This record gives sequence, structure tokens and C-alpha cells, in this order.
Amino acid sequence: MQPICEFDRLVPGRGVAALLADGSQVAVFRLFDDSLYAVSNEDPFMGANVISRGLVGDRGGEPVVVSPLLKQAFSLKTGVCLDDEAVALEVYAVEVVDGQIRVGAHSEAKAST
Amino acid sequence: MSKLVVIGDGMVGRRFLEAVTQRDPSWEVTVLCEEPRPAYDRVRLSAFFDGVSAEELSLASDLPGVEVRLGEAATEVDRAAKVVRSATGEYPYDKLVFATGSYAFVPPMEGKDLPGVFVYRTIEDLENIKAHAEGRRHGVVIGGGLLGLEAANALKLLGLETQIVEFAPWLMARQLDEAGGGILKQHIEKLGIGVDCSTGGTKIEAVDGRLRMDTNRDGVSYDTDLIIFAAGVRPRDQLARDCGIEVGERGGIITDLSCATSDPDVYAIGEVAAMEGMCYGLVAPGYAMAEVVADRLAGGEATFPGADMSTKLKLLGVDVAQFGAMEGPLSTTYLDPAHGTYAKLILSDDATTLLGGMLVGDAEPYPLLRASVGGKVPGKLADLLGGGEIEGALPDGAQVCSCNAVTKGEIMGAIHEGCHDVAELKTCTKAGTSCGSCIPMLKQLLAEGGVEVSKAVCEHFTQSRAELFDIVKVTGITTFSELITRYGTGSGCDLCKPAVASILASLSNGHILDGEQAALQDTNDHFLANMQRNGTYSVVPRIPGGEITPDKLIVIGEVAKEFDLYTKITGGQRIDMFGARVEDLPKIWRKLVDAGFESGHAYGKALRTVKSCVGTDWCRYGVQDSVKMAIDLELRYRGLRSPHKLKSAVSGCARECAEARGKDFGIIATEHGWNLYVGGNGGFTPRHADLLLSDVDSETLVRTIDRFLMFYISTADRLQRTSKWVESLEGGLDYLREVIVDDRLGICGELDALMAKHVENYADEWKGVIDDPEKLQRFVSFVNAPETPDPTIEFEEVRGQKFPAGTTERSQPVLLGTPVLRSSQGK
Ligand SMILES: Cc1cc2nc3c(=O)[nH]c(=O)nc-3n(C[C@H](O)[C@H](O)[C@H](O)COP(=O)(O)OP(=O)(O)OC[C@H]3O[C@@H](n4cnc5c(N)ncnc54)[C@H](O)[C@@H]3O)c2cc1C
Ligand code: HEM
Ligand code: SF4
Ligand code: FES
Repeated sequence: MQPICEFDRLVPGRGVAALLADGSQVAVFRLFDDSLYAVSNEDPFMGANVISRGLVGDRGGEPVVVSPLLKQAFSLKTGVCLDDEAVALEVYAVEVVDGQIRVGAHSEAKAST
Repeated sequence: MSKLVVIGDGMVGRRFLEAVTQRDPSWEVTVLCEEPRPAYDRVRLSAFFDGVSAEELSLASDLPGVEVRLGEAATEVDRAAKVVRSATGEYPYDKLVFATGSYAFVPPMEGKDLPGVFVYRTIEDLENIKAHAEGRRHGVVIGGGLLGLEAANALKLLGLETQIVEFAPWLMARQLDEAGGGILKQHIEKLGIGVDCSTGGTKIEAVDGRLRMDTNRDGVSYDTDLIIFAAGVRPRDQLARDCGIEVGERGGIITDLSCATSDPDVYAIGEVAAMEGMCYGLVAPGYAMAEVVADRLAGGEATFPGADMSTKLKLLGVDVAQFGAMEGPLSTTYLDPAHGTYAKLILSDDATTLLGGMLVGDAEPYPLLRASVGGKVPGKLADLLGGGEIEGALPDGAQVCSCNAVTKGEIMGAIHEGCHDVAELKTCTKAGTSCGSCIPMLKQLLAEGGVEVSKAVCEHFTQSRAELFDIVKVTGITTFSELITRYGTGSGCDLCKPAVASILASLSNGHILDGEQAALQDTNDHFLANMQRNGTYSVVPRIPGGEITPDKLIVIGEVAKEFDLYTKITGGQRIDMFGARVEDLPKIWRKLVDAGFESGHAYGKALRTVKSCVGTDWCRYGVQDSVKMAIDLELRYRGLRSPHKLKSAVSGCARECAEARGKDFGIIATEHGWNLYVGGNGGFTPRHADLLLSDVDSETLVRTIDRFLMFYISTADRLQRTSKWVESLEGGLDYLREVIVDDRLGICGELDALMAKHVENYADEWKGVIDDPEKLQRFVSFVNAPETPDPTIEFEEVRGQKFPAGTTERSQPVLLGTPVLRSSQGK
């Protein structure tokens, strides 16, 4: 688990991007109910690292982030793209310890679901 | 192959060509078309003055096996040799169809051929009228029937003081009784149009460059600039007369119910035909005749089914309708002079069957009543007459579209087979394609047929955008979370969040990145810049009216150089700088703001630019200062959030160099002031803006635009451009004018106040960020490494500038960090 930043840095309903030690980029979202999600930051359709700047919300109750480029929705729980199920984001484990957000490797996320 | 010749490519001729090529494509068809263009919608001719172009009125399409000879009139029919001749050619026929229509009747009067005297029949007539009216003041229309009122409306639109002179004792004497004519006159006069009934012109002469018309009333004569004859039409039967085909006593080519003339190889259809001695001056009976002949030529036995002569028109906002019989055994009337409405129903002697009637001032029940003629009275008389709630189920056989003879049964059938909106019904059934008066009825039938046009914003709100706007306005709610908790479900999405953000911004709720609002903004609004394909942003400073000093140009150049930005001149007369990294945005803005620039809102659903031509400052044609007006307007509406982007332009004269008519609101200078056009659009379906006001002063212009914009912002759907919005208004442009010019709904005060609040509260959004450390924090690539730029962004150089890497020969995006795509996970 790597520390990212303070929980209070995040605006409810928006995301931030973080650079992990291995050079990969993760997008972390804080929802209005203060729940946290972390997914890969790269938009699989366009290749740009922009997912953290997408809008969040829900589709039929499933929490989603919508790519700011071509507006595909991705589940924040599974990473799967709701508009094209063959495509998905990586999902990362995320937790808050002493007010600090920490993100795990994506393999840890798999283990935890 | 058998040869078919058609004389006349008018509305009916064209319908006939469509019908015949569909039913029996084996005919080799030649059409002689005297006018310089193929068939167009004459019924909507007056729309030409509302800015609808000749192309938009066109009814022409390429039909297989049909040769249309434009600008070539038939001059002789030789029935012995079976050929039709023109000045330049000779066309043999096996069957011949006359579809020559009518000409405008001009009573034999001294001076009727003077320049400035016109008829109202073709596009050329209207072009000539428009050209002559330019810079003139006064016009007279001779004739107060359907056509005369249309012509008077046109003169009014051209900005002339208008006088109607009618020989009959009241207006529309063929459709209305005296009481109805009286109420109509009251409406027309209220609009500033003079009406003189029981008056006939006797002589026209030219006096001092103007025209004077004397009348049969002692001492009454008119000094005017322009006269239009709208005193009726006569069938164009001369060619038939010359070749010995039988014509009626009062004109028209005599036909039987199969449309055959006295020569069995020759047919007549449309206004030129005297069907069993009777000429019809409306398009619907003509269309029926066209179908009959097409059927006959394909070997069928169709006969003319009779005609519905119902009419409805709405001119200058006044509804007039007449349907079925004018007289009958029993009639009942309702007259309300205070509200200017009159209704009369004609009934069978037992008062159960509706035979006909007329409506003036309020024609809402018209579609229902017209469709019920010959059947049961469709409701309580008091409701029908007095404008009460009417619920009546129409019988299936009832005719809904009388122009195209389409019944309710046929429309319901089309709905069940999958037609979902008016446009599809038009294509499938032709209903609604001529005068359009049946369209409200089509909408009602769609609703009855279970087709619900959902206006809900998204799955989280059942309300339409307009309803949400009202809710926010009335409740004073300022946050999305409160709105969705009280009026919606779930947590929102990329549809409702930006929509609500825009509503909150339109109602002037502070900086768009304040507090919770920040979470609602689309990415572009969130970073106050447009995201490009590689995750970088473009920066567009406002350059009002496209006017810029050399010093400011230099600043833009310096900023672009310092931050290594790609620069391009936009279509909106300003300069776009591309390729800015998110962490550089505040530094770029700081430099720009210090030099006097501000955000151009290129990222938002908001006012973009008001383009201008150089106008009187430099141009030798200019008649008003278009640049100053454009700057004033752009500064007034900058930052105004709206359901979709707003574009505008101001041209300094009628040459229209700024292309104002392609804009949401476009302004064109005239000798006397400004013309305001609204609802224009470039993009996927371009649309020219419609003329809303002419020759107004600057103050009236700005006030009207204020109201137009605020009315749009309050009532449009999400992402509905003004063009679609104007089209969707029931009652169209006339209604819009009533609301924002005449204040019919009494809301102008509120619209004005909303705009005043916007103007007062405007503040530059960029400045709001660079002066606020908390907001500045967000402009980093990585929250845990604020100094590190995103390493995956790369550029390459083309034509001396930088481009996102890989776009020039689009290949795989450059991947440095490693997330891998997986095909299925978590399912
Ligand atoms: C301003 C206006 C408003 C109207 N509003 C309505 C309305 O609301 N509802 C309604 O039902 N009707 C309305 N009408 C009437 C409607 O337009 C006509 O009934 C309809 O156009 C008749 O069609 P047609 O083909 O018979 O004649 P037209 O459309 O007049 O076509 C005849 C064509 O034949 C051509 N022609 C004539 N002689 C020759 C020749 N020798 N050689 C070659 N070509 C020739 C003419 O140039 C013309 O183009 C309106 C008419 C006008 C002018
Ligand atoms: C993500 C998509 C788009 C972005 C980022 C974008 C951005 C821009 C920008 C920055 C400008 C310059 C305007 C200005 O100077 O303010 C512009 C102008 C323009 N855009 Fe777009 N645009 C987009 C989509 C479209 C689409 C879909 C259309 C057409 C349907 C369109 C039509 C135009 C036109 C016609 C202009 C010129 C405006 C004028 O002449 O006034 N744009 N666009
Ligand atoms: S629109 Fe008229 S005033 Fe403006 S540049 Fe063109 S010609 Fe000149
Ligand atoms: S009634 Fe005229 S188009 Fe339908």
C-alpha cells in the first residue's frame, strides 16, 4: 500500500490522479457518501491519462466514472466499461489510514473482491 | 414506351409526377415548367418573408424517367398530331396532363401595370415585392381574403405601414360570416394594419415617384409606394381553349370525376381543372386529382372523392379557421368581443351531427372539429364554443390531414408499425407535409398511440431540464445534492450533473468552481479549458467582436512561445492555443489576465463569440457600427451559461459578411436600425436564423435579445440548440414574438431581471481561480507529485508547430506507465 495524499484533499464527487512507484497512474475518487474508489488513470479508448478528471455518478445504482474524452462509463467497482464490456480499467485497492489515502497494487484489488 | 407530357410543374403537377412514377414507372415523362425553378410549396410561399429560402420551399426531387424542362412554357397543343409545342421544342404525347394552375386576377383598372404594382403568386413576385419595398414606407393590398391577409402580413414583415382594401362588406367573406369578419377586423386593426371594407380601387396613377389609388368611395384615395393585387385567381385555361378543349363558363378545363377532359387522352388536375364545373382553389383537392389520374394511367378506376375546403390560418398571431359547411339547418354561435374570439358551429336539425363552422381568435378545437365534420358533435357545445377542455375520441375514418387526405385510422396504423415522431409520420403518411395545421393533431395521436416523448433529463431525474430550471428558480436550491435528494434518485451522472451545473450558473450562483458546484462541472468547465485528445488543454481568451490591439496580439504570441503552445485562428474570430498541460494553465492565465484578457468560455455551454464584420468603421457599404454592437453584445452576455453553446454575429449591412444568419442570434444592420434573426445554426443540420424583428433601435434590440436568451435558458431541453428550440415552440416564431415582444405571458419583467442579475454578477472565471489558492491546488497532474508533469504526454513537430504525438499518422498511443487492457474482469 502506498500513501497518496490526505483524504481531505479530495473534493466530494471528484477525482485526483496519483503517480505510483512503478510509474503507473491511478485515479482516486471520493463520492458524496465519502466512499473511495481507485482505478487506472488511462482511458483505454484514447490512450490519454485522464480518467481522474471524469464525472462520477451512478448507472442503475452502479457507481461509475465517465471518461471526459468520449464519455464511456466505467464501473468503479469492477472497472468494466458499461458501454463496451470487452474493455475495462484496472481496479486498485484503496483505504484510509490516519486520514491518509493509501492505494495498493491492482493484484491486491483482485484478491480483495 | 408510352409518352406522357405534363404542362406545369406546380404543387399538383409535382404530386402527380411522384404518384405516377411510383405506380407505373414505364411512362416516359416530359414536364414543361414555365417557372425558372421546379415545383415549390406555394402554400407556404409567405414563409419566404420569414427568411425561408427558395431552396427550403422546394418540392423537387429526382424522379426516374422524368425530364423537367425548366423555364420552358408550352405555347401550343396540337391534338390532331398529338404534340405539345414550346418556343424551343416539340413533345409528342400519348397522354397529356394540364396542371397549369391559376394566375392572379387583376381587375381591369387604369394604372394596373405601373411599376410598384404586384401580384402574389410566385417566388419571383415575392422577390420583386421585397426589392421594391426596400427603403419605402407604405403599401396597399387589394383584397381581404385568405391571400390578401397573407400579403398584408408580408408587407408588415417588410416594415411597411399596411392598408387592406376589400370590396366585400367584411374580411374573408368566403369563409366567415359578418360577425366573424368583424372580430377578425378588430384583431387586424389592433396590429396596426388598416382595413377598409366595402371599398374598391378604381384607378392608379404615378404621382411624385409614389402611387395614388382612387376608390369608389367619395373622396377616399390612398397615397402609397406599393400595391399588391390579391383579388382572387383565375384558371390558366387559355392553352386548352385554343386547342378546342371544353372549358367552363367561368373558366377552368371541364373534367369528369376521372379528371378526363372532353378529349379522353387529355387530363386536367389542380386549380386549372373545373371538376364537374367546379374549380378548387386549395391544394388538397388538387392532390386528390393527381392521385386519381396516376391511378387511371396505371389502369385503375379511381374517381375524385370530393373535397374538404377547410382552412386555417394564423397570421400575426390571429387564428382563423373554417371547416365544412358555411350554412345549415341549425347554428349556434359564441361571441366574446373583449377577448376577440368568435365561434360558430353548423349542426343538423336534430343538433347531433356537426356540419361545419368557423373559429376566429382561438382555433384550438379546429383539428378535432374539422375531423368530426359529418359525424357526431365531439363534445359539449359549451366547451367546444367557449374554449373549455374537450376530450373526444375521433372516429378512425375522420380525416386528420386534409391537405393530403390522411385519416386517423391511417395515422394510428403507421404509429403501430413503428412511427415514433412527427417527422416519421410525415415520411410514412405524408400527413403534415403541406400547410402544417394538422401537426398538433399528429402529436396528440402519437400520445394516444402510446408513444411517449420522454423529456426526462436522465435516469436520476424524471423532470425535463425546463422543469428543473423552474424548481431551482422557485425553491432557491443552490446545491446538486439537495436537488437530487428532494427531487431525484441515485447519485447523478454525466447527463444531469452538468445540466444542473448550468442551471445553477444561469441563475448566477457565484464561481462555477465554488464548493459543491465544482463536482458537477464537466471536465472542460472544471478546468476552464477544453480537453484535447491527449489530455492537454486548449486556452481561448475572449477577443470581443474579433477586435484586438497589436499589443495584445503580441502577448498571445509571447505566451504561446513561452509555454510551447500550438496556435490557430478559430472560426469564431479569435485565437486558440492548444497543448497546454494542466499544471501550466494557471500560469498561462496569469499572464493573459495581467495583459487584460479574460476567459473566452470556449469550454462551456455558454456564449462563445459575437463575430463582426468591419462595418461603418472601414467598409464603404456599412450602414451601422457592427463592430461596436458586437463588442457590446459579447461583453453583455459573456459567461452566460445556457442549455447549449450560443453563437452570434453582427453584420454592418445586408451583404452579411459576418454570416449572422448562421447564428443563434444574428444581427444585420439596416438603414434604419437593426434586423434581429434567431435560431440559426451551423453544425450537422445547418439552419438559417429567422427574422424576429426588423429596423429596431439598439435599445430595443438588446432588450429583445435579453429576453430571447433568458426565455431559451428557462425553457429549453438539455443540449437543445436555439434552432431546435425555436422549431419546438408551439406557435413558432409568432408565439415567440408574442411572448418576448408583446409580453403575452407577463414574464418579460422577470426575464429582464434575470439578465440584469447575470450582467451584474459577471466575473472572469480564470481570475477567480488564479486568485484562489484552494482552487489552484487542483491544477496538477498528480496529487502526490505536484511538480511532476504527466510523462505520457508527448508531442511531435509538424509544419513548424507541435502536435499530439502519433496523431499525424494515428497509431498506438504512447504508453509509458503500464496499466494493461484486460478483456474481461470482475464479471
Ligand atoms: C400565397 C398563397 C397562399 C396559399 N395558401 C394556401 C393554403 O393555405 N392552403 C391551400 O390549400 N392552398 C393555398 N394556396 C393555393 C395553392 O397554392 C394552390 O391551390 C396550388 O398551388 C395549386 O397547384 P397547381 O399545381 O394546380 O397550380 P400551381 O402551383 O400554380 O402550378 C402551376 C404551374 O404551372 C405553370 N404553368 C402554367 N402554364 C404553363 C405553361 N403553358 N407551360 C408550362 N408551365 C405552365 C405555372 O408557372 C405554375 O408553376 C395558396 C396560394 C398562394 C399563392
Ligand atoms: C469536443 C468537441 C469540440 C470542441 C472542443 C470545439 C471547440 C471549438 C472551439 C474552441 C472553437 C472556437 C470558438 C471560439 O473561437 O470560441 C470552435 C468553433 C466552432 N466549432 Fe467547435 N468544438 C467542438 C465540437 C464542434 C462540433 C461538433 C461542431 C459542429 C457541429 C462545431 C462547430 C464549430 C463551428 C462552426 C465553429 C466556428 C464558430 C464560428 O464561426 O462562430 N464544433 N469549436
Ligand atoms: S456586411 Fe456590409 S458593412 Fe459589413 S463588411 Fe460586409 S459589406 Fe461591409
Ligand atoms: S392539413 Fe395541411 S398539412 Fe395536414
